Amino acid sequence: MKLAWRELIRRPNRFLTAGMALTLIVLLLLVLGGILDALIQSSTGLLKAQSAPLIVYSADSKSSIDRSRITQAQHDGIAAVPGVHEATGLGIALLAGHIDGRNEPSDVAVFGYEAPNRFVPAPPSPGQGYADRSLRSEGLALGDTIELGTARTPVRVIGWISGTDYNLQSGLWVDAATWREALNANIPDAAVAPGTFQAVVVTPEEGVTPTDLAAAIDTAVPAVTTFTIDEAIAGLPGVRQQQSVFASIIGTTFVIAGIVVALFFALLTIERIGLLGVLKAIGASSSTLAAGLTLQAVLIAVGALIVGGALSFGLAQVLPDAVPLTLSTSRFASTAFGLLASALIGSAISFRRIIRIDPASAVGGA
Amino acid sequence: MRALDMQDVRKTYGSGDNEVVALDQVTVTVGDDEMIALVGPSGSGKTTLLSIAGGLLSPTDGAVVVGPHHVTEYSRKELTRFRREFIGFVFQGANLVPFLTAKENLLVVADVAGKRGKEIERRAETLLEELGLGHRIKNTPPQLSGGERQRVAIGRALMNEPELVLFDEPTSALDSKLGEQVMELIRDEVKGRGTAAIVVTHDTRMTHYADRIVEIHDGRLVA
Repeated sequence: MKLAWRELIRRPNRFLTAGMALTLIVLLLLVLGGILDALIQSSTGLLKAQSAPLIVYSADSKSSIDRSRITQAQHDGIAAVPGVHEATGLGIALLAGHIDGRNEPSDVAVFGYEAPNRFVPAPPSPGQGYADRSLRSEGLALGDTIELGTARTPVRVIGWISGTDYNLQSGLWVDAATWREALNANIPDAAVAPGTFQAVVVTPEEGVTPTDLAAAIDTAVPAVTTFTIDEAIAGLPGVRQQQSVFASIIGTTFVIAGIVVALFFALLTIERIGLLGVLKAIGASSSTLAAGLTLQAVLIAVGALIVGGALSFGLAQVLPDAVPLTLSTSRFASTAFGLLASALIGSAISFRRIIRIDPASAVGGA
Repeated sequence: MRALDMQDVRKTYGSGDNEVVALDQVTVTVGDDEMIALVGPSGSGKTTLLSIAGGLLSPTDGAVVVGPHHVTEYSRKELTRFRREFIGFVFQGANLVPFLTAKENLLVVADVAGKRGKEIERRAETLLEELGLGHRIKNTPPQLSGGERQRVAIGRALMNEPELVLFDEPTSALDSKLGEQVMELIRDEVKGRGTAAIVVTHDTRMTHYADRIVEIHDGRLVA
């Protein structure tokens, strides 16, 4: 192990090629993962913001909040189910938002809500709203009025919130009456009656398990289907497809990382067969030599993670806001885990060759 | 006591019509502090004999005993341990680890055995000083001359206080003057420690340093 460490320290150039290749792979993995996380966050922020564990859609909605409608009667029925602590309405309207001084309208997801959640305080007064910070880059300032849709429904921004985008559109949180007004005025086809929401967010009483309560609601209230938030996120249009496409790309990249390590150490092992033969002759076991090789692979991967991580962080700072990129510690941790696993598996490919090196080859050579 | 006792050792490669006999009924002994020169033409079996004596190869037939160790009964794993603890090797062209200093090249023997500590480091330094390399402790092989590299290799072979040291053409890469110096050093170190040694050489000018000359032709010892 000491030998492997010293080789790495004293002959860094020998490992530079593999190190650089892995660094670029780390950069690619973190940027891809960061884009995926940002896209998913932009698509699912509305649901991820919910502190309640359950959400109820109408049964005919095919698990889509956009198609769902929950009437006042259904809402009351849900609230009356034993075990329900709180049942609050939630509505969405995807509209163009006109910001003063901008020629092009911004895409805005207007949320009508009744109770605070993880990221948004209690509903503001009618005509006011909390805007997602992503709208700030569009030129919106605190106190500005954003006009929604062709009807130009005005909403004055009184505070900033983060991480609540939906369907890649910036969130704007308003009270239920303002949401209905904006929806009915701008999308008459989708107009809703007073008291109607698109979904109801349910908080169980203490001691009641969400899945049991979901079943109870579906039984007690006609024509509704209750989902956990995770199920609802999976049901959002495009989310699963985005995740599977990116997972395929990221998975393939990990495989490439493993191949890079495998090829590099296979070549390195061939190059130092003579030295390894001498070491075996003087009593080094195959396992000791293999452990040294593994140590080198892991340290190169760690170095690549540090440099690649720093590069991706730097890149995130210079990229324009329009490029969605979220760097999170959990993404870095999963990338680190995957890369280390790839390095371990890749280096293990050379074990067989090390085991087969004949110590007798050290004697009689020129 | 004998440092090496090889009885009726036979080593063959292949089988049937393709069988090649590398060693044929070789019986040889080396005394406790005896140094023998093993000479013979290329392909005569010198390397095979050396490899079997050092536990690098297993014989097809016969018995090999090094000190109290019945080498022919050892598994591959036991042979690795046996070489690590009881045998010293000096290879052709020194074969040092190029990125390690002279001292670290000696410590490799302790490293592969998982041994460390101040005492081992002191032993490496003392050995290098004895070999006239006290001022070269921190130099790597590319910074050393051919003779110095071979002296480091001798130090490495003596690091584990072996019962038997095997030299494979130790002077082949050196000019005759340097070769003489290295052979003199080998004799002094081996005799000074009372260690047994086998020196394989082509160069008959070097054989007078040995206590005895053993000649091998076509896998058989010449009486």
